[in-house]
Amino acid sequence: MKGARTILAALLLIAAPALADSNMPSAVLANVQLPDAAQEAKAKALMETLRCLVCQGQSIADSNADLAADMRSLVRQRIQSGETPDQVRAWLVKRYGAWVSYEPPLGTDTVLLWLAPFVLLALGGILALGSLRRRAR
Amino acid sequence: MSAPVATARRPWLLWVPLIGFVLLATIFVIGLRKPDDPAISSKMIGETVPAFALPAAARDVQGLSSSDLADGTPHLVNIFASWCVPCAAEAPQLEMLAKNGVPIVGIAIRDRPDDVAGFLTRYGNPYRRIGSDTTSKVQIALGSSGVPETFVVDGKGVIRLQKIGPILPQDMADVQAALAAAR
Repeated sequence: MKGARTILAALLLIAAPALADSNMPSAVLANVQLPDAAQEAKAKALMETLRCLVCQGQSIADSNADLAADMRSLVRQRIQSGETPDQVRAWLVKRYGAWVSYEPPLGTDTVLLWLAPFVLLALGGILALGSLRRRAR
Repeated sequence: MSAPVATARRPWLLWVPLIGFVLLATIFVIGLRKPDDPAISSKMIGETVPAFALPAAARDVQGLSSSDLADGTPHLVNIFASWCVPCAAEAPQLEMLAKNGVPIVGIAIRDRPDDVAGFLTRYGNPYRRIGSDTTSKVQIALGSSGVPETFVVDGKGVIRLQKIGPILPQDMADVQAALAAAR
């Protein structure tokens, strides 16, 4: 009896956060693959590079949030209707900003992000070159 | 040893690591002290509301389409859900705005007609129309990422303001100012 009560309490603890979610069944194609394997591969690759807006830090492919499911449904439907992954990404970026994409485009606000690796690599190269030359002497 | 030779020739080189560390530490401290803001604002401000047509979210209410918004007067578009707890918290504020003659329309997210009707009887109905968005399609098209959220849309159907989270008494001035500016 005591064991059952403990289990029940544990279950209630897990269930509490679910209050913030709807109990609607998921949207069409949210958790179902596209019949066309090539399209599904494209959609899957795209979903892995789109950020979930609710559980930030997860991709919509990994997230269980309702909104992520609705976004997967939207991505699959758009890919199925013939849109390219880049078009779908651009459509979402127009609404949520580059933030929604794990592949931020090169822009004035992301220029540091894109160029920093090359600058650091060049800096390292110069240091290494200097040190090697000195050792050769 | 080559390093002492280099620093002897250029003594300021000795300070570079310390300056680098202080710079990084300053950036980190500033970043850590900044309050965390997980809200994602819509990039649709200043854009026309994307075309949509949603069916009625409950019996005895009318559905909502984008053409209802471009009728010459500014609207409040309130995105809510019966399963959303903070949506109940903003009900008194919406009620007050509706009483002042502000046209408020609703978009119910992932909701059932019976649940929406129950929500309206419990917390009042400030809405002229309520569209049912069962798959968040219109919500995503508006660049909204949660409930509740409210958009101020001007008479031409252009989005002017996004309020993320419930409209609390202290937010009323901002919302009313945005409505006045949209007129």
